[in-house]
Amino acid sequence: MAPRIGVVTFPGSLDDRDAARAVRLAGGEPVALWHKDNSVAGVDAVVLPGGFSYGDYLRCGAISRFSPVMAAVIEGAQAGLPVLGICNGFQILCESGLLPGALTRNDNLHFVCRDQRLRIESVTTAWTSGYTAGQEIVVPLKNGEGGYVADERTLDELEAEGRVVARYLEVNPNGSRRDIAGISNAAGNVVGLMPHPEHAVEPLTGPTTDGLAFFTSVLTQLVRP
Amino acid sequence: MARVVVDVMLKPEILDPQGQAVQGALGRLGFAGVTSVRQGKQFVIDVDGPADDALRSRADEMATTLLANLVIEDYTVQVAD
Repeated sequence: MAPRIGVVTFPGSLDDRDAARAVRLAGGEPVALWHKDNSVAGVDAVVLPGGFSYGDYLRCGAISRFSPVMAAVIEGAQAGLPVLGICNGFQILCESGLLPGALTRNDNLHFVCRDQRLRIESVTTAWTSGYTAGQEIVVPLKNGEGGYVADERTLDELEAEGRVVARYLEVNPNGSRRDIAGISNAAGNVVGLMPHPEHAVEPLTGPTTDGLAFFTSVLTQLVRP
Repeated sequence: MARVVVDVMLKPEILDPQGQAVQGALGRLGFAGVTSVRQGKQFVIDVDGPADDALRSRADEMATTLLANLVIEDYTVQVAD
């Protein structure tokens, strides 16, 4: 039986369908989760998709972080459940405290939408084991508040512990500290990423298929005996 | 009835590109001598009951739980009848 990957829909989520499609193309069974659910329905992993949950009111992800389903996601994540937060999902993971730091307004004040080159820095996470260390990929990026910030000590810790998962190459599109595009928690089961691998999973609709390995990585981990 | 006012500002070390854009606009409008603009948020919250220490404590909890993200923001709380 294919591993079941939950995709949470919040009011204002945009990329839940694409995330579910990426899960399916990778060989998993996508399971739709709703923000008001009180559990994650026994899924094997969870994707928090991109979008503008709760209209980005207050701060991006600040209100979604307190939705009922997030209590179950946080509890699961602390027990090792693989969780991938993409864009708004990354913001929610930072707001929830599962990942350190915060995402702030792009330093150029523009909403940036481009195909972005990244370097995969860590291949020991649940979501990146299918890449090779240092592999360069191109996936879409689209955000207005994607500038990753944390204090210097936290940034040093992330670097020292190999928890910088991906870095921007060629252009830093939003002023992220140390060109950070994605990070993981210490255990490696929780990953937050500002660019969108779920939009780069098949040639017809994406600039590449470079994003698919995020989803095949977690499936590989889940079927491992 | 009591009123709680919570001011939230980005920490000084966090870049505030919106504030910088406002500063630029002020300069273009001829307001000389503006050396810095920082943009923040103010929450005005009306609450049943008196403006006492218990409310101050609850207001602080509102700020730290939801209204401010202490990773990037500082806040102040004022409580009055």
